[in-house]
Amino acid sequence: MHSLAFDVSHTLAGGLVLISFMMLYQDRLYSLLNVFAFHAVVLALSVAWQAFVQQAPHLYITAAIALVFKAIVIPVALHRIVKQLGIHRDIESAVGIGPTMLAGMALVALSMVLMLRVTAEADPLAREDLAFALSVVLLGLLVMVTRRNAVSQVVGFMSLENGLVLAATGAKGMPLVVEISVAFSILIAFIVIGIFLFRIRERFDSVDVSALDDYRGEHR
Amino acid sequence: MSAASFDPVAAVLLIPIGSAALLAALPGYRLTARLNVVASFATFLAALSLFVIERPQPGPYVLVDDLNIVFIVLNTFVGFTTSIFSASYIAHELETGQLTPLYMRFYHAMYQTMMFGMNLAFVSNNIGLMWVAVEIATLTTVLMVGIYRTHAALEAAWKYFILGSVGIAFALFGTILVYMAARPIVGEGQDGMVWTLLIRHAAAFDPELLNVAFIFLFLGYGTKVGLAPLHAWLPDAHAEGPTPISAVLSGLLLNVALYALLRFKILLVANPSAIAPGPLMVTMGLVSLIFAAFMLYRRRDIKRLFAYSSIEHMGIIVFAFGMGGPLANFAGLLHMVMHSLTKSAIFYAVGHISQIKGTQRINRIRGLTVTHPVLGWGFVAGVIAIAGLPPLGIFMSEFLVVSSTFARQPLLAIALVFGLLLAFGALTLRLTSVAFGQPRGSSASADASYVPMFAHLALVLCAGIYLPAPLVVWFQHVARLLG
Repeated sequence: MHSLAFDVSHTLAGGLVLISFMMLYQDRLYSLLNVFAFHAVVLALSVAWQAFVQQAPHLYITAAIALVFKAIVIPVALHRIVKQLGIHRDIESAVGIGPTMLAGMALVALSMVLMLRVTAEADPLAREDLAFALSVVLLGLLVMVTRRNAVSQVVGFMSLENGLVLAATGAKGMPLVVEISVAFSILIAFIVIGIFLFRIRERFDSVDVSALDDYRGEHR
Repeated sequence: MSAASFDPVAAVLLIPIGSAALLAALPGYRLTARLNVVASFATFLAALSLFVIERPQPGPYVLVDDLNIVFIVLNTFVGFTTSIFSASYIAHELETGQLTPLYMRFYHAMYQTMMFGMNLAFVSNNIGLMWVAVEIATLTTVLMVGIYRTHAALEAAWKYFILGSVGIAFALFGTILVYMAARPIVGEGQDGMVWTLLIRHAAAFDPELLNVAFIFLFLGYGTKVGLAPLHAWLPDAHAEGPTPISAVLSGLLLNVALYALLRFKILLVANPSAIAPGPLMVTMGLVSLIFAAFMLYRRRDIKRLFAYSSIEHMGIIVFAFGMGGPLANFAGLLHMVMHSLTKSAIFYAVGHISQIKGTQRINRIRGLTVTHPVLGWGFVAGVIAIAGLPPLGIFMSEFLVVSSTFARQPLLAIALVFGLLLAFGALTLRLTSVAFGQPRGSSASADASYVPMFAHLALVLCAGIYLPAPLVVWFQHVARLLG
């Protein structure tokens, strides 16, 4: 039974890393949002599996939050924003796909080497989870860095938070405080983002962050 | 309410959050601005009462000890004086149509929510709760920075949001790793996140896990402190938000992140086989100091200038705490208090100056001491204080930092003094151009609140000349706690 528990959670967490890679090369906003929704579904499955394995019912709530908010509500809302703003055609990435993928692989290798070494004492379930979680976090960061569009930066940020949820649920018996706070932060973050997107739209008729770059405070 | 049932910790938290709800509901800015002052004052009194009333036992969520009481009192005091400044500043913004009454309600509610977040971060005994509190404080300030809705303000807020979120994400990952390290020893669940329990068992934690956790925590909370490679959000956020927010950002929010860092530093020091956090903090502190000192020369925007000066001083403070030991910790603690008081006083002056002159460009402001003697000389006093000239408080704390470094690492002291002199030069250069010479720009009379500014400067002057003995004893005690 233990090996099955391990294999399933390993597969799900590894799946999250793979989907993070898929995000890296999406060149259209709609498809990026779809991949993100898929990411959230896999996260929900992974969290639910952890809840089952650890016999921690409160984790089912986290899974439900991930499923409802991240896989359905937020992608749908972002879809609408993208549609209203008419920016669905393409994503302007600051870095080409090739270098991005290479950087992504390097980051995953880095987090594997780092986490597997330092968590040698921990139980294998948490160990693999942490290594994968750090990969997801770093890949989310990479998405944020390589995209210039505000919406895709937001998607990168949320996939980064998915990695954090994965890490928090992998740590056995971690108190509920963290789950609530993570969910809470996502909600607030989304409110903030919503406000900002509309403000940026109002000001620039575009959500391309490069439009903001012209307005350096100092006019250097 | 009888004295026995009065709970100062609850008051420090409930007054801000309660008044935030109230301020969001009430219309009319005159009333709400005053209410904001009253609420901040009440919070300050509640914080002061922590000195006299017996402290609560550390529970799973709340902790009041000698370390955080310093931070809480400083936080609520500057929060109170800033609310006075904010009342007069905001009145002007409303007159000139920069802000509408609706935004005022939002502004005041956010101000109190931010105070709540910061106080919560200080009193929390739970590293998860502390993280949530820092996140609350950050998000509210993001909204405040963007309140003017100009291009520059939006860019600043977006950058702040993105960098702040990445920082806070790393901090959470570090927090999870600390829990992982604690789990085998402290046990599962709540206990694994309670700081007082963690510190008791820290010596038995897996050192490698703790090391990696500290790297993440240092990067995460270090972003919020504004340490050099991660500082990019700070100048923009300070320059583009309303000036009262610049004052609390510099004076208080940086301290919150620093406090979180110090808590984890104590944890790491308690484990003999973990890496020493000192060298890392010393390096980042020095880099921030020297980098910011060079950047000071090229500033053309007055608020941005003092934002870089904040990076410089946070560098000095982190350097001092990184050196460790009773004397350096004492110096770092004193410098932190002095910096908060001085920097907020400067921002009060700068806020009124930029309102009168209608610009933040340094080369459009000349001869302040001629046109606005009170404001101008107050500004001069503030800049002299922040540049570290005697007899003001920052001179004393910088002197202590330098002398304690000389005693132990003379080579580092050379780098430190180099950075200090560099920053000193830049600040005096800008000061002479702004304060003296042929007046330039509007000379309309200032409808300013001088009380907060001069109160802060008086305190800084007092500290420079004479530190009361009980305060010295207290700080020495805290310095020993910090290890």
